[in-house]
Amino acid sequence: MPIFIPSSLTEATQLLSKNPDAHLLTGGTDMMVEVNFNHRHPDTVIALRNIPEFQRWNIDTASGLVHIGSSVPYATMEHGDLAKALPALAEAARTVGSPQIRAAGSIGGNLGTCSPAGDSLPVLAALDAVVHLQSESSRRSVSFAEFMVGPKRNSRLPNEIITGVSIPITNGWQGYAKVGVRNAMVISVASVCLAIHDNKVRVALGSLGPTIIRCTESENWINSIGLANIDHSLAKEFADHVRAESRPIDDHRSTAEYRRHAVGVLAARLLLRGVQK
Amino acid sequence: MTITKTQRDILGSSALRPDGISKVQGDFAFSSDLHAENMLWGATLRSPHPYARIVSIDVSGAWKIAGVECVITAEDVPGQLTYGLISEDQPVFARDVVRYMGEPVAAVAADHPETCRRALAAIQVVYEVLTPLTNPEHAIDASHEPIHPDGNIIRRQRIMHGDPTATAPIVVEGTYDIGMQDQAFLGTESALAIPDHDGAGVEVFVATQWLHEDRKQMAKCLGMPEEKVRLVLGGVGGAFGAREDISLQVHTALLAMRTSRPVKMQYGREESFFGHVHRHPAQIWMRHHANTDGRIVKIEARFVFDGGAYSSTSSAVLINGVTHTQGPYQCPNAVVDGYAVRTNNPPCGAMRGFGVVQACFAHEGQMDKLAAATGIDEVEIRLRNIIHTGDTMITGQVLESVAPLERCIRETAAMPLPAEMGSHPHELDLPGGSGRTADRRNIVRGIGWGVSMKNLMYSEGFDDYSTARCTLTNGSVELKFATSEVGQGFVTLAPQIARSVLGVDNVTYDTIDTQIGSAGSTSASRQTWMSGGAVDGACRMVRERLFEHVGAVHNIDPLRLAIDDTDIIDTVGTLRISVQEASANFSVSETYEYHHRKTEDLDENGQGNCHVAFAFVAHRAVVDVDVELGLVKVVQIATAQDVGRVLNPMSVTGQIEGGIAQGLGLAVMEEIIVTNGIVRNPSFTDYLLPTALDAPQVVISMIEVPDPQAPMGAKGVGEAPCISVTPAIVAAIRNATGKSIDRCPVRPQDICF
Ligand SMILES: Cc1cc2nc3c(=O)[nH]c(=O)nc-3n(C[C@H](O)[C@H](O)[C@H](O)COP(=O)(O)OP(=O)(O)OC[C@H]3O[C@@H](n4cnc5c(N)ncnc54)[C@H](O)[C@@H]3O)c2cc1C
Repeated sequence: MPIFIPSSLTEATQLLSKNPDAHLLTGGTDMMVEVNFNHRHPDTVIALRNIPEFQRWNIDTASGLVHIGSSVPYATMEHGDLAKALPALAEAARTVGSPQIRAAGSIGGNLGTCSPAGDSLPVLAALDAVVHLQSESSRRSVSFAEFMVGPKRNSRLPNEIITGVSIPITNGWQGYAKVGVRNAMVISVASVCLAIHDNKVRVALGSLGPTIIRCTESENWINSIGLANIDHSLAKEFADHVRAESRPIDDHRSTAEYRRHAVGVLAARLLLRGVQK
Repeated sequence: MTITKTQRDILGSSALRPDGISKVQGDFAFSSDLHAENMLWGATLRSPHPYARIVSIDVSGAWKIAGVECVITAEDVPGQLTYGLISEDQPVFARDVVRYMGEPVAAVAADHPETCRRALAAIQVVYEVLTPLTNPEHAIDASHEPIHPDGNIIRRQRIMHGDPTATAPIVVEGTYDIGMQDQAFLGTESALAIPDHDGAGVEVFVATQWLHEDRKQMAKCLGMPEEKVRLVLGGVGGAFGAREDISLQVHTALLAMRTSRPVKMQYGREESFFGHVHRHPAQIWMRHHANTDGRIVKIEARFVFDGGAYSSTSSAVLINGVTHTQGPYQCPNAVVDGYAVRTNNPPCGAMRGFGVVQACFAHEGQMDKLAAATGIDEVEIRLRNIIHTGDTMITGQVLESVAPLERCIRETAAMPLPAEMGSHPHELDLPGGSGRTADRRNIVRGIGWGVSMKNLMYSEGFDDYSTARCTLTNGSVELKFATSEVGQGFVTLAPQIARSVLGVDNVTYDTIDTQIGSAGSTSASRQTWMSGGAVDGACRMVRERLFEHVGAVHNIDPLRLAIDDTDIIDTVGTLRISVQEASANFSVSETYEYHHRKTEDLDENGQGNCHVAFAFVAHRAVVDVDVELGLVKVVQIATAQDVGRVLNPMSVTGQIEGGIAQGLGLAVMEEIIVTNGIVRNPSFTDYLLPTALDAPQVVISMIEVPDPQAPMGAKGVGEAPCISVTPAIVAAIRNATGKSIDRCPVRPQDICF
């Protein structure tokens, strides 16, 4: 099995054009599991970890954007300047797997897999992030909402590579919370990212539908009331609005009823954390 | 706890495991690491259905694949077609019917695991799917046709004791559900079979709990004399009961015999969930009658253990369950009915705690209800009822074991509680952990109690024994035994015994295999007592020979001699000679078989001296609960355990901490979810085991009252830690939330709705 390890993006996109069936590999924490379970039989692999710009990130205060290369691992997001700029992403990153997984698993891989339980994804959705894609001949950027189209389905074209994401810096509080039936190393049963920008609330939900759900109705409702007026009873009402926008299912990890309940609790708690009540 | 002030690794010291460093460094060869020249790989085809008739099996496609050397089905089993620990009702391969999801139908041997996978995919099995029997009550009420020639009831046992009509003013009742827990050992099933050159025998390296029992069952199915089947213990990565039944043993050996080549089989994680039995899910109803002072007058109970498709050890698990109805409490009158039934759910059998876990979850729930009904506190109600040495149990058996139960409870109660949670706790200390779901104000703390009593060793007339040989040559000792080392530390303990008895330092042990008599199973908290007793006995016999030798040389009556540290001394004279020197040019070897005292079967009313001995333990759990989300963090477990005598403090600590983690798993997360006979979560992604972040602080007191019936005064310590910790945690959750939760594991939705 040929494994290509390109050292530049140009080389990588060319390789992908020549080998359209090649499998892209970053940290391998999703892909190798699928290989081991025989769900995937790669004939050709293009390993992306040696591409320098994929490993970079920067905080561009002029444009108000944080750029994160697709190979940046969770371990990098957990602490330091990146965590200060994007606290919700840091909190999400800290919930991912174990230290080993966080050292290898990347944001590009999370986007590549595009599971509704992917922990970075509600953050990208709530923060209006943009996903950058590049092929041999073109490059484009799409909003996260356009990127994720279904459970484990995204709008990346076969000849495109995810190069990274740009995430607008918010001027208010942001946070992430995730329910799993264990205190660490657990797949999300329900998760919520809530961010405040220009005194407006944004909310996105994980594991509560086929895609990450942006709760626009709940956002409009709470924003029409205004942040300054939020108290515990309004937070409870907010929870019900968020529940109404969730689309949970029953499976062996939990029940739809519990997921719907939990997501409301999380949304209300994050809202109260956001307004410090 | 005795801390012996000595540098020698004798009894009472925290001797290190001989395999500890190699395990930590990754050098230790687990059975899955074994390899042989020219080896083939084996793999198993399993039923996707919980219940179906096999219309046809066409293996021709598999034979056509290059690299496939052998394909076998039920037709190829040369000996007995079925096996089993107690009754032989489980087919080596399903022939006409499959009775659980994952039942083996065929096996292949090929040059590579991938070839095996393709070969399995090429085998065509036509099934006629049948309606599975999945509700245990339907096995009892006969509303489902028998799914096995032996019928749907594996065993029923009643207990009638005292006056069944007795009544008392306080009556509390409850129905308790216990989910299906998995042993979830980390080293999956694996074996390497190497056929003899003459084709008449086979050597099998396997991770197992009981080499001789495996050999007996294998020889029958292989149609070979037992001496032609030699078993060697492969490195075992955990057991907890799941290696008591055979899994891939017959398949691997048969493939090796057929191909005349070494064959290795190893289950993957998912397959492992189908490859071994689990802890019985159970539903238990209990009604306690008590006086207003809280003293129990009568217990009524009904047990239903779901044994799954084959009987395994279900009948013994049932007996353990019903005979422990009273728990560690006096109970003059009892009316108990218990069933172990057959269904098309996964087969269940041995797991740490063996039936007592289920009974304890129910009787401890009842004790709390009794406390609430009488207004007596949880600790006091237990103390008022505790059983003592000399009391008669509901089986009519008199409790002979040392029973320092009051000390267990009082010492546990005296242990300091964890500090109150501060106003800004670390996120990882809150329920929900790294998910950051909770804020300080969402958390409620609760405290709960669990106390238990567990039988040690095998019961009901089983002639349980273990064999060991001790060879002393020139001051060095070599031990030989067939005791499975599954992580419990017998390989640490056995040399400690030899050092203490013989005053030697250099002690080794030979390969653990079937080249000596049986050691019995590494289960039922029995090996320290049984194999420890055998090693102790063999070493004592050698010591007698040595004293005779020294006595003859120095013209002293050997009865005057004793071991003092590493010397032999004349207790009434002046002779002092090192064992090293005394045994120069001297060699002696002795074999000892240790049997525990005889037990009896239960009669139809459940009366009889069926158990050998008992150990006791108390657990106090402190939990923090996020009531609104139903998430739990177990903060602290305090425990005082009746251990008889501490032979290795570090080993005992390991058993206690590990057992508590396993009991915590059953309390709040571990459950195999089965819907209509289909296992929904056969992976470590979805079968959740506690992580380091879920493990509580554990505060331990080891209660040492040497038991005169135990060879070294030491009781087995393996099972007690995981039994009453589960009800203690669930009680703490009830205490925090005020909800009546009568099932485990407790799921978030059980708390928040
Ligand atoms: C034990 C364990 C625990 C885990 N826990 C969590 C968890 O708590 N939360 C969570 O969200 N996830 C979890 N995961 C899943 C996984 O770690 C994450 O999804 C991670 O982000 C994947 O990143 P990776 O770099 O390892 O991806 P890879 O496995 O390398 O790739 C994943 C997919 O993305 C594609 N891909 C990779 N890079 C690119 C690219 N640049 N452009 C286009 N496609 C690409 C690959 O082809 C593949 O389909 C866990 C996994 C394991 C094994």
